[in-house]
Amino acid sequence: MKNGLIALGRDALFSLRDLLPIVLVIGVFQVFVIRQPVDGLLSLAIGALLVVAGLAFFIFGLRLALFPIGEGLAHSLARKGSAFWLFTFAFVLGFGTTIAEPALLAVAAEASEVAVDAGAIAATEEAQANYALGLRLVVALSVGVALLIGVFRILANWSLPVMIIGGYVLVVLVTTIAPAEIVGVAYDSGGVTTSTVTVPLVTALGVGLASSLKGRNAMSDGFGLIAFASLTPILFVLLYGTVLEWI
Amino acid sequence: MDLILETSKFVAGSAFDVLPIVVFLFAFQILVIRGRLPNLRRVLVGFVFVIVGLGLFLEGLEHTLFPLGRLMAQQLTDPDFLREMRLSAAGALVWRDFYWVYLFAAAVGFSTTLAEPALMAVSIKANEVSGGAVGVWGLRVAVAIGVGVGVSLGCYRIITGLPLQHFIAAGYVVVIAQTVVAPKMIIPLAYDSGGVTTSTVTVPLITALGLGLAEAVPGRSPLLDGFGLVAFASLFPIISVLAYGQLAVLRQGADKPVPKKAELQEE
Repeated sequence: MKNGLIALGRDALFSLRDLLPIVLVIGVFQVFVIRQPVDGLLSLAIGALLVVAGLAFFIFGLRLALFPIGEGLAHSLARKGSAFWLFTFAFVLGFGTTIAEPALLAVAAEASEVAVDAGAIAATEEAQANYALGLRLVVALSVGVALLIGVFRILANWSLPVMIIGGYVLVVLVTTIAPAEIVGVAYDSGGVTTSTVTVPLVTALGVGLASSLKGRNAMSDGFGLIAFASLTPILFVLLYGTVLEWI
Repeated sequence: MDLILETSKFVAGSAFDVLPIVVFLFAFQILVIRGRLPNLRRVLVGFVFVIVGLGLFLEGLEHTLFPLGRLMAQQLTDPDFLREMRLSAAGALVWRDFYWVYLFAAAVGFSTTLAEPALMAVSIKANEVSGGAVGVWGLRVAVAIGVGVGVSLGCYRIITGLPLQHFIAAGYVVVIAQTVVAPKMIIPLAYDSGGVTTSTVTVPLITALGLGLAEAVPGRSPLLDGFGLVAFASLFPIISVLAYGQLAVLRQGADKPVPKKAELQEE
């Protein structure tokens, strides 16, 4: 209990240090460049306190829960020796954490507006909702596939640079045939899939897996899952837009 | 009183986001692994901290950084402000007149990346796994520099209207060249850091900046030009983290007569 409190206090101090640059940037620009008064200083101060406390709590909980559970499951699955369950776990983790991602909901809704403007779908609420849902499913599917491929890569010991760069070459090729209005949405969706809770879990999964397999190095084999999770959504959404146009 | 109510709403929202993941992890543990989780109580307490922490963090950002950052992005891209601060003599604004925007973009990209919780998580893990060879602070600063440069360059692109694909393609050529020469152990981490940066804190602010710029510059459409910044912010950290790895090898080579590259790859 006492050690826990000390650790939490240390995390709070670190959070303070981590947030200092933002405070400096905003302060300097406000005072020297924009030179306009800011209202609600008290509310700002309370908000800043919440940010510091929240960050400290999150990092503290990360060490207690997200890292151990991610690595523990990776170790257990590797010991179990069943590739099927490992792939299932990776896929469901990717799909499940993405389908409910709030940032993705926002992007999907916005994308359906763009699609209406571009005349790709009818301007009815139903068509828009269908389009947004389709997009969410495609992105979630792509993240599931990304983790599956990433775990497969760790097991098969394939070269990460070759796969990732090959993937981006594919993205460039598909971009040339995809309808223009989907391109922006597609490149955006690569960024929204990797949320604050998913990243630590996925990192722990890769590192845990690489460290429990013989002949793998946790550093050079364990990372790389997130790289796939930022690449496949772009590709899948581009393809989704292209296929919709054909139909 | 309002604050308490609103904070609990944010914590509830974060619980709503995190609980499905928790349920899935426990279901997998019970049904597939069929073993009890070691330190169950610790893990449960940890999840409570994660949920409450994320809720407070987002609530705090909503009260401070997001409104302030959006307002500043608007003020700095305001045509009146830009004309007042211009460098060029007269006529239409040229790209140099936007110097405050470039500076702000770099500063905001850099400082918000340092506060990105997902990046902290990856740095902590990389430091642990590399046996201290990758510094928690060093990696984060490397990523933050990449985001700062990337967002700033992305603003330049919106202002000049040059095609996004050219920048991205050139960036990936640099990444490929660096991949050939960089130490092997840093490569996967560098590729990951591209995805990690575009998360909770950075994206809302740089999106606001991109939209503000696209509205302020004649001939740009917010729909088509506003989005490019996220792509820049994901690409440039790959380059800066690879460079960080290359620098570490160079420094080690300078300290000792025999380069320790092999050792670095092993650990």
